[in-house]
Order: sequence, then C-alpha cells, then structure tokens
Amino acid sequence: MTVITAATPAPPRARRVASRQQWIGLLYVAPAVALVVVFFLIPLGMTAWMSLHNWPLMGEHSFIGLGNYVAILRDTRFWNALRFTAFYTVIVTIAIFVVAFPLALFVERPRPLTNLYRTMFFMPAVVGFASASLLWSWLLNVDSGLFSPAAYDLGLIDRKFNLLATFQPAFWSIIAMVVWKVAGFTMIILMAGLQSIPQDLQEAAVIDGAGPFARFRAITLPLMRRTLALALILSVAGSILAFDQFYIILRGGPRNQTLTAVYWIFNQSFVSFKLGYGAALSMVLLVILVALSLVQLWLLRKPEGLD
Amino acid sequence: MAQAASRSRRLLSRVAEHSTGIIASVLFAAPIVWAVLSAFKPAAEARLPPLPPWPTSGFSLENYATLNSFGDGLWASAQNSIYVSVMTVVLSVAVSVLAGYGFSRFRFPFKDLFFILILSTIMIPFQSILTPIFLVLTKLGLHNTLTGLVGVYVTLQLPFSIFMMRNAFDAVPREIEEAARMDGASNLTMLLKVMLPLVWPGVVTIALFAFLGAWNEFLAALVLMTDQSKFTLPVMMTALQSGRFGAIDWGAVQAGVTVMMVPCLILFLALQRFYIRGLMAGAVK
Repeated sequence: MTVITAATPAPPRARRVASRQQWIGLLYVAPAVALVVVFFLIPLGMTAWMSLHNWPLMGEHSFIGLGNYVAILRDTRFWNALRFTAFYTVIVTIAIFVVAFPLALFVERPRPLTNLYRTMFFMPAVVGFASASLLWSWLLNVDSGLFSPAAYDLGLIDRKFNLLATFQPAFWSIIAMVVWKVAGFTMIILMAGLQSIPQDLQEAAVIDGAGPFARFRAITLPLMRRTLALALILSVAGSILAFDQFYIILRGGPRNQTLTAVYWIFNQSFVSFKLGYGAALSMVLLVILVALSLVQLWLLRKPEGLD
Repeated sequence: MAQAASRSRRLLSRVAEHSTGIIASVLFAAPIVWAVLSAFKPAAEARLPPLPPWPTSGFSLENYATLNSFGDGLWASAQNSIYVSVMTVVLSVAVSVLAGYGFSRFRFPFKDLFFILILSTIMIPFQSILTPIFLVLTKLGLHNTLTGLVGVYVTLQLPFSIFMMRNAFDAVPREIEEAARMDGASNLTMLLKVMLPLVWPGVVTIALFAFLGAWNEFLAALVLMTDQSKFTLPVMMTALQSGRFGAIDWGAVQAGVTVMMVPCLILFLALQRFYIRGLMAGAVK
C-alpha cells in the first residue's frame, strides 16, 4: 500500500477523485454480473440443491440426500445413453477430422477461387443445428426425401429403403449430416493453424531433402498441437452435448438406441417431470464437462520454449 | 519438349485441383440449394421425391401459405424469432460494451473475480442448468415469455462478447481518452462518442454471433416456451415435422427450413470477415 502511494505522488484530493472514478467501473460491469448471477450462478446452485431432493413439478419436494445419485447408479438407461454419447462423440470427431483436415490443406494456400471454396465449405456451419436437422429429416425420408428415392431411381436398390428404421443406417445418416454441417467450421480453425506455421521452416526442410510426409510429421503436426487440441475439444464438447439432431431426426429411435445424455436428462426433467432426478443427472454431465475443460486448459497451454 | 510436358502436367494438376474444389463445393451447397428450390414447388409436387430439385409443374408459393396455416402460423413464429434475436443482439451488445469498457479501463474491487466468473460460465453447459432456469423464470414472472428467453440467450453470449469487447477496448490507446477528458467529456459520453466508433468492428462481430446464436437455438426454446403462441421457428417447425398438426407436409418443412436458413446465410455472406474475426478471437483464447 505504501509502495503504491509512493509510486503515485498525486495530491490527496485528486487521488480521491481518481479512485472514485475507478469505482464507476463497477457500475459498467454490474448488468453483466447481474445476468450471470440470475441466469447462471443461482441456477447452478439450485441444480446442486435440487439434485438432493425428490422434486416433482407439482406438489411438495422432499430432501432425500444422495438418493438420486444412488438411483443413477442403477439407471441402466442413463448409462446406455452415456455410452452411446461417448460412442457417437468418438465416431463423429474422427469423421469430422477426416473430412476437415484435407479441406484445410486444400484451402490453406491462396489461389484463384480459394476464397469461394472456403465460403462454400463453411456455409452449412452458419445454419443452425435445428434447421440442418429438419432439412436432413426431409432428405432422409423414405417416401418424400432424396436419398432413398434417388438410389431407387438409379437402380441401386430394388425397393425403397428406410434409412431411419434401423440403427446402423440411421446412425451413419446422422454422422453424415453432422460432418456436412461442422466440417467447414473445423476446417477454418485448422487452416488458421496451418497458416501460422512459418513458411521458411517448410522451405528449409525441403532444402534438407524432407519429403512431404516427413515434413507433415516433423513440422506441421507438432506446430499445430494447440490448434489440433482446440479443434478436438470443440468437437468433443459439442458432441457430448448433442441433442437437436437426435431429437429432430430420430426422436431417440429406432428403439431408443440413439438417446444421448442430454436427451435422457431432457426426458427425465421435462417429459417425466422428475426435476430432482434430472438435476442429479445434470450434475453428472456437468462434472464430465468440467473435467474436459480442465483437460482442455492443459492441452492448450503455451508450448514451452516457443513464443 | 520437356517444357511442354511440365506445362501440361501443371495444367492437369490445376484442372484436378479445381474439379475437386467444385465437386466439394457442390456437395456442401447441395442440401441447402435443394431445400430452397423445392420449397417453390406446388404442394402436390412437393410431396414427391425432389428429383429434380427445381419445380417442374410451375413456380408456386403454396408451401409458404400452407405453413402459415399451421398452429399460430409461420408469420407468428417468425415474428417471435425476430423479436428474440433482435432483442438478444441489442441487449448483449449493450451489456457487453459497458462491461468490456469497465473491465478494460477501470480498477475496482473484485474486478478479476468478476471477469473470471463471466468467462468461466463457458465451461458449464447451459443444458445442465435448464431446469432451475425454468424455475427462476417462473419466480421472476417471466415463465413462458420471450423476454425470459432473451435473458437466457444474452447470458449465453456474455463470455464470448465481453471477452471480445474487453480486448477491443484494450487495443484503443489511452491517449485518445486523455485528450477527450481534457475537453471535459464525461465517462459515458466518452464511451459513446469517442470509444464506440473505434471498437465498432468488435461490436459488429458480437452482434452477428448473438443473432445467429439466438436465431438458431433450439433446446432452451423447446423447454422454456410451452405455449404455442410463443414458439420460435425451430420449435414450431419441429412440432410441424413431428406430425403435431396432422400428416407431415414436407413442402411446408422445406419452406420453413428455407425461412430459417436464409437470414443466417445472408448475414454470413455480407459480414463474413467479421464472422471469421470472431471465430479467430474465440479460438486464440
């Protein structure tokens, strides 16, 4: 404190005015803080509180301690949903990268038409997940859609095939739709990473006689670690919270095989109105996501010795 | 001879490159184009598989008219969506500009705590706190109101937009403010008259993200808006597509999807550089 006073030798009156001025900052941030408290902090606390209660929509709620959490342990359908969510996350993330990485390499260097290609690949990313799901639910429809009738007209199949009736085709249809919607987004992030690699590093490696594959492994991949981690985390976090496409296109079917974690929480909270139980499930999901965020912070740490 | 061969090889590789680019572009654009074109078919044709995608028995707006007859109608939901999105843009810009300025230019108690609190909300998925949000809105008398939904959407935008605005204000040299202060400008006039013109690219970016976020959001709208007259477009279209209004009219679905997609695409194409800027700023974080 004395150090600061010594460092700012201002007359006392002026300093008091200045520090009163500084307090005004609190007024500037107050609306934001109020919103976060009302729509975020309080609900977060309530989730924890509610998870310890039997809390129906109507009528009294009662404290049951860890009862909901014990029930979760026995809730095989929740664990199935969680397992399916994990499975979907792994598959869709791989699929997105397999498409997005070549696209990023393709649009990285400035060439005629590159900007146009980037824009075209990116367009589905600005359309909402709900719009994209509605659109694809039509394209995937067996009678009025595109894929099945087109395959039939081309003579690829003898009779119209309902893509959404069984698990495998339904699941892969969703993967195709999500890749179509998200690949452009991941592409832009990867492209930024590629562009941040100094060109002279690549040129030096060429002079040293490194082939394209060796250059990719020794230069591109290590220097893109943070970018790759970011793209990976965004894809994983987004997929774990997947809901729209499974609700709109599949309604969790066929035979409830595509219920995701968020979908199950939605069903418990807003269809069965078991609000306390839904809150306990939410806490489990929340812990998973926070753990993921911590992994993210670790993966995104600044590389030592560089920049 | 060798020169000609290398030239033709270069030409060949260029042709291969551009054919790849064009084919990939067509694949990405096709579903969108397909829906937009098919929506203009007469209702009877729209029921059939969309081969070819464009109308063959005459151009028609019948599907849009049908859509308007379901429930409270397309126009009612579109109005709800427009209201929610515009209010989200206005409020999140106002709140974030004020907070960004506050965090950038003032020292006050708990400043770092508040900043970290706001940014850390991004780690917690809002999907997991929807039930209590529902109860909080009921307590506030905002249950089943578009205003309540706007409050939720604005809060969801805050971590990104306050971070953006704080950085935008940080990039403005302090000398500019000092000069304005000499001329006797108060804090608020300084913010509006001097600072805002300097940070407007950041404002456009956060406005764009707020609009797209609110326009496209589905789960919160589905949970919080229980009355059909309050449905936003995604909720209303999903109700229609689930057969809630009788047999599914795919022509109406095409029309509705078009209405949902086109504003996003126009805004993106017009403001592309602000969008990419925001994406990069978010990514660098």
